[in-house]
Amino acid sequence: MLNTTKLTAAVLALALAGPLAAQDGEPKSGGTLNVVIQPEPPSLMIGLVQNGPTQMVGGDIYESLLRYDFDLKPEGQLAESWEISEDGKTYTFKLREGVVFHDGEPFTSADVEFSMDKFLRESHSRMRTYMEHVESIETPDQYTVVFNLKQPFGPFIGIFEPGTAPMIPKHIYEGTDFANNEANNTPIGTGPFKFDKWEKGSFIHLVKNEDYYMEGKPYVDEVYYHVIPDAASRAVAYETGKVDVLPGGSVENFDVARIQAMDNTCITDKGWEYFGPLSWMWVNNDNKPLDDVKVRKAIMHGVDRQFAKDALWNGLGKVSTGPLSSSTRFYDGETPDISYDPEKAKALLEESSYDGETIRILGLPYGETWQRWAEAVKQNLSEIGITTEIVPSDVAGWNQKVADRDYDLAFTYLYQYGDPALGVSRTYMGDNAAPGSPWNNVANYQNAETDKLFAEAALMASPEERKAAYKEIQDQIVEDVPNIWLLELGFPTIYRCDVKNPVNTAFGVNDGFRDVWLDK
Amino acid sequence: MMSFWKRFSYNRGAVIGLVILTFVIAAAILAPILFPQSPWKMVQRPFLPPFTQDGLLLGTDALGRNVLAGLAHGAYVSLLVGLVSTIVALAIGVPVGAAAGYFAGRIDDALMRFTEFFQTIPSFALAIVLLAIFQPSLTFVIIAISIVSWPPVARLVRGEVLSLRTREFVEAASLSGLGNLQIITRHILPNALPPIIVLASLMVAQAILLESSLSFLGLGDPNIMSWGYMIGAARTVIRTAWWLSFLPGMAILLTVLALNLIGEGLNDALNPRLTRKSE
Repeated sequence: MLNTTKLTAAVLALALAGPLAAQDGEPKSGGTLNVVIQPEPPSLMIGLVQNGPTQMVGGDIYESLLRYDFDLKPEGQLAESWEISEDGKTYTFKLREGVVFHDGEPFTSADVEFSMDKFLRESHSRMRTYMEHVESIETPDQYTVVFNLKQPFGPFIGIFEPGTAPMIPKHIYEGTDFANNEANNTPIGTGPFKFDKWEKGSFIHLVKNEDYYMEGKPYVDEVYYHVIPDAASRAVAYETGKVDVLPGGSVENFDVARIQAMDNTCITDKGWEYFGPLSWMWVNNDNKPLDDVKVRKAIMHGVDRQFAKDALWNGLGKVSTGPLSSSTRFYDGETPDISYDPEKAKALLEESSYDGETIRILGLPYGETWQRWAEAVKQNLSEIGITTEIVPSDVAGWNQKVADRDYDLAFTYLYQYGDPALGVSRTYMGDNAAPGSPWNNVANYQNAETDKLFAEAALMASPEERKAAYKEIQDQIVEDVPNIWLLELGFPTIYRCDVKNPVNTAFGVNDGFRDVWLDK
Repeated sequence: MMSFWKRFSYNRGAVIGLVILTFVIAAAILAPILFPQSPWKMVQRPFLPPFTQDGLLLGTDALGRNVLAGLAHGAYVSLLVGLVSTIVALAIGVPVGAAAGYFAGRIDDALMRFTEFFQTIPSFALAIVLLAIFQPSLTFVIIAISIVSWPPVARLVRGEVLSLRTREFVEAASLSGLGNLQIITRHILPNALPPIIVLASLMVAQAILLESSLSFLGLGDPNIMSWGYMIGAARTVIRTAWWLSFLPGMAILLTVLALNLIGEGLNDALNPRLTRKSE
């Protein structure tokens, strides 16, 4: 039954505290949050290391100027307000006043300039390419930062999150060798939690930042990140109550249903909007018969992706409609139809140049789900008349084979970072196809028209223009089927229902537990 | 021949083993007839328990594949791997052992040191290493299993040949001018055959176990449905669908048990010095 007073209170709280605040009841302070971290991060210094687990723990310690809601709309974090000039070339940020680092030093515009211009430019490869667009950074006063861009670069507003642009204390790092600074072992940021202890192989302990600039936050006293190397043991750790939050990917998909059925257990697949993990099969466009668009289309229509979603991913995620994940900016849902249609696939294959050749499928060596998926695709394809064989490999072998283009079809998934210019164009740009990397245009898709559009769209000032350009790009690419798009992956975060607000931005648990409270 | 069967059937276990093995062989032969569709075909919704759906006696696995079809096709793979790798291992082990035992001296030393080189490495670890180097395909699985399982054959054959080569009939053959090769193949090996047959039956069982273990670890041929693969794939769901691991596990257990029982029966039947009549 619905409790109306509670509902009103919740609505009121929602209205008062902004769109993403606590959904139910008054937040309570205190308590310990136990979270699984998988695998153990190599370092917590988020400006130097960018892999998933580092971002997850680092997101509690470090902050950026902004954060982004589920629709990737920016909200203020260390910046109070921001302004983009008419011509799209000047970004002005007003910083929050009275923010201090964990060691008590104040956070000012000098730290922003140092982080963006010096530290990250030197040590963060993704950031370095973004900073190419920046002409100069000005700091007219302690709390104002102005970025002057060489040309309009729409995605720029989307890079101010802790994993991409963490704010790093200038007073600690200036003039030192960043990578070997002693302070990397005791990270200092402005975030809601302070680093306390790291027992290698066992746990990482963070404690509440008492001087945090947001009144009353964070609510919990301490956070433990538990290192548990085996997926089954992680599931057991949740069942026995050792941990309360299982971030996406911590347990095998097959275990999710069982854990989900436990009392006091909630699940959400939100919190991945910025990453927009999209899975697809690389198609080696240079190999016969895959150079024939009809063969590629036949494969596209022959793969039952809804089945994979239901049987392998527990119904989480979404069947992809093309090169963009639906949470990425400028996603177009109206692209040509690529849904499962074995009859159509057979007909296409009949017209095509396919002549019974065996096509190799390289599975992704990331565990059971992916292995089963390759088997399902093999079966799907055999039903439309394509002979395939699965090529086994380990992670190193997979990287090698894909980088050397020694494959026909290869499973993969990549992040999109919220904007097609940041995470999509790299997969389809003709000049980004040199062998040697498993992350560039591996399929060797060559289309001068989309290349030109991609290049232009990244530098357009107005979002409307960009939208139109990206629509054209998506239509064109879906028509060419350079890759077989599979699913927008749903990585469920599983948590006890009395842990409130674990996921409240497009970064999910990576964005820190600023708003988490325990209803116990 | 009659007395062989008589002695063999004195051992009840051996008869039971033979019945089970016959059943497994029948399943392997009939698999393509009973289940003409690929065992990889997804036929129903996933995780159907056994005995709940007509036509799917043992239910479906994580992808909705027919478990019974998988077991039948897996029987073929298991037996094939077991037989072929045993034959290959015998083909390596018997000549090596016979040469070592017959010629003795330096040749014996050299061949036995070479054999010990393989014996000092744990066979399962060696098989894993071999498969990690090669592509895991059915051929290489068989090769790997053969490579790790021939040394015991060589040692056994050497021992037998050593004891036979000084016997009068061998000396007689030698005196009558027969060449070494003919003496070994015509006179010594036929007399060394009984223990080799017994060992071979156990080696088939061993090879089936090895293949299953390798497939379980994901080192088998990913394009072939085998029992070990079925268990490996069902491992992650053992708490929700235990039968998916249990059924192929039982298949392996019964087949290996049957082969061991048969091996014991063969030992009784082929070794006239053993009299078990009192039992």
